[in-house]
Amino acid sequence: MTTLWNKPEISRREFFEKCAEAGAKTFVFGGLVVTTANLLLAQDPEDVRARAEGAVESRLHDTGLGDVRARAEGAPKEAAKGPIYGFVVDTMKCIGCGSCVRACRDENNVPDGFCRTWVEQYTFFPNGEVIVNSPSGGADGFGEDLPSRNMPEELGQLPVRGFFVPKLCNHCINTPCIQVCPVGASYVTREGVVLIDQERCIGCGYCVQACPFGSRYINPQTNTADKCTWCYHRITKGMVPACVQACPAKARIFGSVSDPNSEISQILANNRVQVLKSYLGTNPRTRYIGLDSEVM
Amino acid sequence: MHHYVTQGYVLPNQAHIYWTMMIVLYPYITGIVAGAFIISSLHHVFDRDELKPVSRFAMLMALAFLLCAPLPLLAHLGHPERALNIMFTPNVTSAMAGFGFIYTIYLLILVVEIWLLYRVDIVFLASNAKSEMMRRLYWILALGVTDISEEAKALDRKVMLFLAAIGVPAACFLHGYVGFLFGAIKANPWWASPLMPVIFLLSAIVSGIAMVMVCYLIVQWFNKRPVDSECTQSMMESAWYFVMVDVALEGLELLNHAYMANHDWDIMKHLILDKLLVSLFVVQFLIGSVVPFLLLGAAVVFRNRIPAGVRNVMGFVSGILLLVQVLAMRWNVVMGGQMFSKSFRGFLDFQIDIYGREGLLAVLFLFTLPFVAMLVFSRVLPLWGPISTFPTRWLRDKPPEYVPLKNLTKFK
Ligand code: SF4
Ligand code: SF4
Repeated sequence: MTTLWNKPEISRREFFEKCAEAGAKTFVFGGLVVTTANLLLAQDPEDVRARAEGAVESRLHDTGLGDVRARAEGAPKEAAKGPIYGFVVDTMKCIGCGSCVRACRDENNVPDGFCRTWVEQYTFFPNGEVIVNSPSGGADGFGEDLPSRNMPEELGQLPVRGFFVPKLCNHCINTPCIQVCPVGASYVTREGVVLIDQERCIGCGYCVQACPFGSRYINPQTNTADKCTWCYHRITKGMVPACVQACPAKARIFGSVSDPNSEISQILANNRVQVLKSYLGTNPRTRYIGLDSEVM
Repeated sequence: MHHYVTQGYVLPNQAHIYWTMMIVLYPYITGIVAGAFIISSLHHVFDRDELKPVSRFAMLMALAFLLCAPLPLLAHLGHPERALNIMFTPNVTSAMAGFGFIYTIYLLILVVEIWLLYRVDIVFLASNAKSEMMRRLYWILALGVTDISEEAKALDRKVMLFLAAIGVPAACFLHGYVGFLFGAIKANPWWASPLMPVIFLLSAIVSGIAMVMVCYLIVQWFNKRPVDSECTQSMMESAWYFVMVDVALEGLELLNHAYMANHDWDIMKHLILDKLLVSLFVVQFLIGSVVPFLLLGAAVVFRNRIPAGVRNVMGFVSGILLLVQVLAMRWNVVMGGQMFSKSFRGFLDFQIDIYGREGLLAVLFLFTLPFVAMLVFSRVLPLWGPISTFPTRWLRDKPPEYVPLKNLTKFK
């Protein structure tokens, strides 16, 4: 710099030569820094690769209902790759006791005011009105909050119909939440489970906005996005999610849809099932039996 | 965390507003960047000479706001310390991941453009500024390039023109992209619309023009300097044109929702007619659009009958109203989209926090920063014109030790 400083005039050529030199140095150095940072951030390259492959795999082996048989034929290949999971909610069986919500809370340390899973109560009245509620996500059941008891006088009629709908992350195949995550903190595993890397999430909340089902929230304790993981820590050890285990009515069924003999595959083969907000094309892996059109 | 007041059935995780006032402020600030840059480019690229008095000012204003644009985002992130991950490990399918790159490219264009714009002045000041310290500063700012021969200046102009030519689309991209962030969210019917980027861009231009116009008038009036009414007239014309198209598209978007009346219209109708009634119809449409539209229209149509002084006041008033309109528009989009639940059966009311990281005070503080930056710039670079407009107190009385090139003598 001193030599430049002392020169009264510097031609553009000289200047750009200096610039090019400095630029090249910065580039090499910056590259080193970025690569190191990347390596540090990535922690486990194996994991990243597994994740990427998982994403492709799960898209290729869409566990849609139609191809249970196709998959059965390709079973050996599938088996070598491990299971692909699915979840069925049988709304006909749910009694709205809220055991699942409490079990989830205890299992996953869900912060107050948020839910990884919740139960909605739908109550229909003769005048066509539908009331939906889910006090504390249904954690305490619905005994005291039956809407008919709080109905205004003029309606004065008892409900004609009602049911409960448990909800949780749908572990969509075409996930808007993974699509929008700017840093790749949201990802899908080989088994088709959508997860969030708590070490990478920057807490922007974009995925919370992008999920059409309200499955996600920003955890005020970690300041990162959070949601149902299908109890990934349990299912990878051969257990079922806490909510499935807690449900006394067997309204929740979890298992491997890539194994044609599993309970869930049998249920999927023998029932008509729907998904939430199918018109959005997110292609959920959580499927419903007995879904009403009023359920959104 | 707030417990917001809710009505109807709100999904348990949606009884919170996740994108707060900081996310209203962010598009507001970047919008002003895009608008100010375009005003400046109208002069530099499209030779609109009447805009010359504000062209430098607008350029530095774009820089001041651009420098502050990431701050609301940082204030909002749950983990600001990981913010650079969007450049280290970007997810290519995320619209948001583009931010770091678009921002950096645009910042580079803007800085180089400003440098070229001021290069001759800087070189002059490097040997003529009052204190030794300032001379050194200018020398550093000149990056050591003291060649200001005619050929060099001609080259400067060429590069500048080129940069402005890519800078205008880049500015459009910078802001259209912000609209896309919202427009591409299919989960939210209040946001999901291919018109979103266009509306964001147009309102950005409106707010940028308004901000430049208002600041220009304030500065001139405050310093008791004459206002160049050709210049304000030109800005008013541009503002009039852009606000027309902008509001037409915004209205069209609403009309389209209402006419198609999809499954989500019930909830949106309620949102518009109840939750957003004041901020959308009264503030954004009536006070923020119709009134300035009429004022600007009158000033444009009757330009020969209304005295210049009155027209300037009309410009000032409409500028302020337009700034309010665009702020209201950002608010209505960002907040409106979160005031109803994705159950499509319930609403929540936003409560303004005063203190806290994303509170009102923090928002106001962040919004003053671009003006502080302008103040700093104004101490170093002449905002309003070439060197002849410099306050002489900046320059040393003694003849400089050396004048690099004979061209400089003409500035004395
Ligand atoms: S339900 Fe929501 S959070 Fe879960 S995978 Fe689908 S989009 Fe993502
Ligand atoms: S909150 Fe976290 S997981 Fe969600 S989009 Fe932002 S960075 Fe990704």
